[in-house]
Amino acid sequence: MRLKEIIDALNLEILNQGDHLDDVVQGGYSGDLLSDVIASTRKNDLWITIQTHENIIAVASLKDLSGIILAKNSVPLNETLKNAKNESVTLLRSPMTSFELVAALSNLGISGKR
Amino acid sequence: MANAESVVFRKSYHIEGGNFQSAGSVSKKIKQILKQLNIDGEIIWRAMIVAYEAEMNVVLYASEAEVILEISPKKICMIFKDKGPGIPDIPLAMTEGYSTATREMRERGFGAGLGLPNIKKTADNFDIQSTVGSGTQLIIDINIF
Ligand SMILES: Nc1ncnc2c1ncn2[C@@H]1O[C@H](COP(=O)(O)OP(=O)(O)OP(=O)(O)O)[C@@H](O)[C@H]1O
Ligand SMILES: [Mg+2]
Repeated sequence: MRLKEIIDALNLEILNQGDHLDDVVQGGYSGDLLSDVIASTRKNDLWITIQTHENIIAVASLKDLSGIILAKNSVPLNETLKNAKNESVTLLRSPMTSFELVAALSNLGISGKR
Repeated sequence: MANAESVVFRKSYHIEGGNFQSAGSVSKKIKQILKQLNIDGEIIWRAMIVAYEAEMNVVLYASEAEVILEISPKKICMIFKDKGPGIPDIPLAMTEGYSTATREMRERGFGAGLGLPNIKKTADNFDIQSTVGSGTQLIIDINIF
């Protein structure tokens, strides 16, 4: 499924469009510990987190993730938005919790299998 | 380290301790080089895990570091040499879950105590040396073939 179709299906808010709307997303990962996320994510994964600091943008960019979904309507720092723009990282947001987002993605066929 | 003759690329970088704003920027520069050299995506992916973890440890715990990237036909070698407090007990620091991260660092998602173990797991060769009160040096190899 393409990222833009997922955005429509889950009604995600686009905080920064970035470069990835046409990425084909096959998997995802949910986590708030950066060392865990950097080691466990795969290319084009969608990452669900409640972390709002600018370091999430570096992780998404270094690991070629298709995007970040901020759960629970978490509010990103200004630096985070700025870095997302500069690095063309797709930054999304939803009122759902991480758990609800994982369940919804799973219904769309996005797997968390490693 | 590779033999001087076989090194096809060598560059050094500087990391400033405590600077979260630019944290990850050296890893990003290394990634660009690896991409330009057409290195396999899976290898770049592994190189980014170790580069980011090593870079973040400098940002979190040290005052500054010099990073040397050396690429030979057989491997990518990254040396992180920092000036900082050093690590008093390396086996303890290498234990999964051990961390001295402050509350502020943990709020940012650091401090899982997984960085050094991840580097060791991901690298093909890993050496860590540290002198308390002086600094820490990591030598990390990722094989290309
Ligand atoms: N360059 C360094 N200089 C001084 N101490 C260090 C350095 N790197 C690591 N340490 C010490 O080793 C501990 C373990 O490091 P490690 O990277 O495994 O975990 P962490 O940084 O605490 O958490 P995480 O990497 O999961 O965010 C650190 O908490 C710190 O006490
Ligand atoms: Mg660390």
